[in-house]
Amino acid sequence: MTTQLDTVAPPAARRTAARRLTTRVGRVRELGIVVALALVVIPTAIVNPRFVQPQSLRDLLLNASIVALLAVGQTLVVITRNVDLSVGSVLGLSAFLTAQQFADHPGTPVIAGIGFGIAVGLACGLLNGLLVALGNVPSLVVTLGTLYVFRGIDYALAQGRQVNAANLPDALLDLGSARIVGIPILVLVTVVVIAVAAVYLRSYRSGRELYAIGSNPEAATLAGIPVAKRTLTTFVLSGLVAGLAGALWVARYGTVDAAAGTGLELQVVAAVVVGGVAIFGGSGTVAGATLGALLLGTITSCLVVLQIPAFWQQAISGALLLSAITVDRLLALRLAKALRTTEGTSHA
Amino acid sequence: MRNLLRWETALVFLLIVVALTGQVSTDGSFLSGGNLFYLGLDIGEIALIALPLTLVIVAGEIDLSVASVLGLSSALIGWLWNAGWSLETILPTVIVVGALCGAVNGLLVTRLGLPSLAVTIGTLALYRGLALVVLGDTAVADFPSSYTEFGTTPLPGTNIPYPILLAAVLAVLFGIALHASSFGRSVYAIGANEEGARFSGIRVKRIKLILFVLAGAVAAIAGIVYTFRFSSARADNGVGLELAVVAAVLLGGVSIFGGKGSLFGVLAGVLLLGGLRNLLILQDTSTEVLTIVTGLLLLVSVLAPSITRRVGTLRKAHT
Repeated sequence: MTTQLDTVAPPAARRTAARRLTTRVGRVRELGIVVALALVVIPTAIVNPRFVQPQSLRDLLLNASIVALLAVGQTLVVITRNVDLSVGSVLGLSAFLTAQQFADHPGTPVIAGIGFGIAVGLACGLLNGLLVALGNVPSLVVTLGTLYVFRGIDYALAQGRQVNAANLPDALLDLGSARIVGIPILVLVTVVVIAVAAVYLRSYRSGRELYAIGSNPEAATLAGIPVAKRTLTTFVLSGLVAGLAGALWVARYGTVDAAAGTGLELQVVAAVVVGGVAIFGGSGTVAGATLGALLLGTITSCLVVLQIPAFWQQAISGALLLSAITVDRLLALRLAKALRTTEGTSHA
Repeated sequence: MRNLLRWETALVFLLIVVALTGQVSTDGSFLSGGNLFYLGLDIGEIALIALPLTLVIVAGEIDLSVASVLGLSSALIGWLWNAGWSLETILPTVIVVGALCGAVNGLLVTRLGLPSLAVTIGTLALYRGLALVVLGDTAVADFPSSYTEFGTTPLPGTNIPYPILLAAVLAVLFGIALHASSFGRSVYAIGANEEGARFSGIRVKRIKLILFVLAGAVAAIAGIVYTFRFSSARADNGVGLELAVVAAVLLGGVSIFGGKGSLFGVLAGVLLLGGLRNLLILQDTSTEVLTIVTGLLLLVSVLAPSITRRVGTLRKAHT
């Protein structure tokens, strides 16, 4: 009897200790990105004070916001132990179709056009989700395939044409440059999407279930979580966000051809992983992914300001991704060790 | 195993269908020596890189950085050539650098236990970035014709391009390594059940490291081939090629989860992909259709086993 009681008590104590440790590590992780951001921004600002002027900060946020948007969708997918490599192609397809919609039907209301872009993204995401959830095929391969297919459709529809700002309604282009209390609307939209996703992941049952799926798919199934349905939802949401990003891309850049967003998927995955979302699922936050996107975008801007050849940008983001996953791994090993020690002490 | 054989039969069947349709629809020029030479040139690098990548994927890992290693090796050739090195020293150096790139991947995966997908997405950016740092956006093209003709002329008296000869020799070596050696059995064992492999005394980490090093070295060789074929060393050579190679390997029936697949299937996959592309180009099909076809083939190749499996279980449930 006593032995039974003994084994019941320690796990609870252990769990709180473990939770405290996990939160601490999580905080250290996000703090690390903030420190990295400071390390990039402060020297650049000293060399060139114009870097921290409102206008260049606005440009910085605008440039980072597209990747940050895509990173939100990607976070949902990666948390469930999947990956969506097709986001760059979905963005491209949605951007071109939205722009063409505006060009062909000049009377289209801005909201309707953006809705159209979102619908395109949603359809792409639905296809990905169905293939992954029902076809039982690894998402890496499926989205690698649809990366080609969506981009191919994009090129086939565009046939070498591009839509210029002259063919787009002023209301849409204004959206790309308009500001509310000094903050660009596009950035505000991004912030709203991030906030909604963060609340969903944190406080909603189905949001928490995504973490359960990513931590252990079999256990999630046994616990009665509708794994296929949730997985499908994450891909639909990722596509939806990529569609929105495509429509905003049109508003921001004004000129769109079929190549919009090519190769963006790697930046997005890099941002998510740098932001502390584990590629094997089960952990990570939208806030972290956003910080990751912001860090990568800031580095790009800093290189420009410091007049370092842009050639360095790719090498740096690669090195950053590698160091981020290495640090994560080392932290995780430390955490595991620490947990073992707490376990030991609670038994003693 | 039976499932696998069936998939390879299907691939060979598809190859014959493509060859016959090609032959009929182009009035016999598809299988002509001249066209086969170009087809061979076109798939040279993919065939080369697909060989070690097959082993990597069979072992349950992935290497997405291969095309960047190709680009880095091409950029290095140009840079060292500009610096006055002779090609006899440049080429071995470049292959060693490729092997080192692979070793970095392998060490991060095996020693730190990081997922190869994340590692090689990182090194994909890193190696391509280094290529850009080394050569910028310039191109180096003044290589002696005694070297570049390896990329543009066939073996004397035949229609076989040199890169295909190279790929064939390597294919035999890799085929023996994978299918007729204890090393190959270990690779399958690791892919099927890594823990089981470790407990049965297989040196999992060392073997994986070797596979990544091989992938890096062969990708560098593919970079040499690419550079001489276009007589142009550029940092952006082969951008995005990793997707085509992964598509070819998976189309060849290798399971992305590891433990299953054969080199023969992969070679058939490379040929099928290359043949289809070549046929579509002969028919003046636009490149965008090629992109769609590549993607669809990849989707079909992974969906087909999944669907047959499902049909199989349904049938079993009935009996």
